Amino acid sequence: MTNRLKSVILLGPGLGWLALLMVVPCGLIFTYAFFERGIYGGIDHVFTFENFVRATDPLYLGIFLRSAKIAFLTTIIAILIAYPAAYAITLAPRRWQTGLLILVILPFWSNYLIRTYAWIVMLNREGLINNTLQGAGLIDEPLSLLYNNFAVIVGLVYNYTPFVVLAIYSSLNRINVETIEASEDLGAPAWTTFHRVILPQTVPGIAAGGVFVFVLSIGNFITPDLLGGGRLQMVGNLIYDQFLSARDWPFGATLSMFLIAIMMGLLFAQAVLANRAAGQRGQD
Amino acid sequence: MTNKFTNSFRLPFAWLTAGAACALSAFAGAAQAEKIVISNWDGYMPPDLLENFTMETGIEAELSVHGTNEEIMGKVVAGGGKGYDVLFVSSPFAEALNNLGLVAAIDHDKVPNASNLYDEAKELAHDPGNNYSMPYAWGTTGLCYRSDLMPEPTSWNDLLKPSDDLKGKVTMLSTDRWLMGAAALALGKSLNDTSDETLAAAKDLLVAAKQDLLAYDDATFYLKLVSGEATMVHAWDGWCNYGIGENADIKYTIPSEGSDLWVDALVIADASENKDAAHAFVNYVLGADVGVWVASNILYKTPNKAAMEALDPSLIETFPNMGMSPADLTKYEQLRDLGNGQKPFARTVTEIMAAQ
Repeated sequence: MTNRLKSVILLGPGLGWLALLMVVPCGLIFTYAFFERGIYGGIDHVFTFENFVRATDPLYLGIFLRSAKIAFLTTIIAILIAYPAAYAITLAPRRWQTGLLILVILPFWSNYLIRTYAWIVMLNREGLINNTLQGAGLIDEPLSLLYNNFAVIVGLVYNYTPFVVLAIYSSLNRINVETIEASEDLGAPAWTTFHRVILPQTVPGIAAGGVFVFVLSIGNFITPDLLGGGRLQMVGNLIYDQFLSARDWPFGATLSMFLIAIMMGLLFAQAVLANRAAGQRGQD
Repeated sequence: MTNKFTNSFRLPFAWLTAGAACALSAFAGAAQAEKIVISNWDGYMPPDLLENFTMETGIEAELSVHGTNEEIMGKVVAGGGKGYDVLFVSSPFAEALNNLGLVAAIDHDKVPNASNLYDEAKELAHDPGNNYSMPYAWGTTGLCYRSDLMPEPTSWNDLLKPSDDLKGKVTMLSTDRWLMGAAALALGKSLNDTSDETLAAAKDLLVAAKQDLLAYDDATFYLKLVSGEATMVHAWDGWCNYGIGENADIKYTIPSEGSDLWVDALVIADASENKDAAHAFVNYVLGADVGVWVASNILYKTPNKAAMEALDPSLIETFPNMGMSPADLTKYEQLRDLGNGQKPFARTVTEIMAAQ
């Protein structure tokens, strides 16, 4: 068997999967975006650019902007929480590390919805946090912790931080310990060693985890619906509603295209960053 | 009219089983002909209804759940109704499915239990004479509130423009027709008015009202009343009953401007290959005993006279809105299929939900 044939056979299932579940649906979305909506859902085959004009209405651009803001804050907070956690796991004795990593991914063993509902129980005015604070006499009136941006960000950070821990852990794990020793031998204080030697080598991990969280957060619709009370829509809710409530598939498709474009741009940037890092390592 | 998300996770299985059922019936032919697929909201009929139906008639039936009207509508429109025999949908959707020719005419000879219905339920605006739909449950949409924390509300404006002490303590339904319905009633307009002026006025009212909401909630609003998070919620009467069942201080009222009359109906898919069995199912659901059991289990009023008259009176004592008479119910306007008005209507709702 020639090598070429071998690679075709090996790539076949993966490429087929991508074509069927990625390229075709995206192609459909792309086509739908240029048609008019049917009254009862579906599409009328009348070519139009109206959906694109409508999507650039300040109302909808505002939602994109707000979603990006929430996703960005989520990403920053997730990285700030995940980095020390990943660092601590890396420093832990080898035999503990697997156990600690399992603890990080343990929440994924339960359903996303259930995990999100759990936050309602924690955050509501009669919830665990408010009752505890009131019981301790720290507050007189319950705090409004639920149904606002705060609750949405809490929910997103909680759900996606484990991904960042894993991504940063894997890049921390790959650092050659000799580079750290060299830095120390040359008299660099701990902080300098961290930000001149360790941190730069983990940028690809931070970027991978960060982009992952951002992409998942900006398109999320369950968390803003449940923890945000549906009052502050994110772009995911807007798209969801177009397909499942407004029955305006073409407009939903147009909004999806904008979202996909943002995600692709970010993933591309991350890939470039990762490539550059790999290139540098190659030159060392 | 139930939660958007909880049900969707079961759907792959529902689809698989529905698909398997189709495959089976295709291969086994006549041997499997007596098997029907019912689509209903999760929890909107007693859990053992299908089992009892099979015991009584010998017809196999299986349940596929839909989360919303739009969801089942989407599937039926996309697939021409194939794979389904009987659907539970709200009346505007029954009307739309009929306009699209996707539901079958009901053969009244095969549904003798239709005589159990109230006369009012035989002349509903969307389908006078029950030509293509049989009403399953009906009721109103109003305000469900904590009578120990506030005086009885009297107007839709009490919800849309809440007093200072209620700000941040009220929720609204976000399902489009009922969301807009609250505004239309407050404005004194028809629930089916899709003129530019009415839509614009409703939008202004609802965008302003949004600022004072605790949340939009279509599924857990009564729990928010029970927990005290909300003091007043926009609610379907049956769902308010779930709250009343947990806290007797919760009460239901219809504002002075009125309510909609919502009707959830059974329709038979025109693509059904077992129309006799489907009719048998519709007939079974309209039976008096089944009606009693439906009403006392899901706490919705049914248009089934025989059933409502046989209800345990203590049920009506606990849940006063269960005792509302058909004459009182049918004085309210029904939600109708909006036809071409659907486009500007949906756009307005999208703009309201998107507003900051």
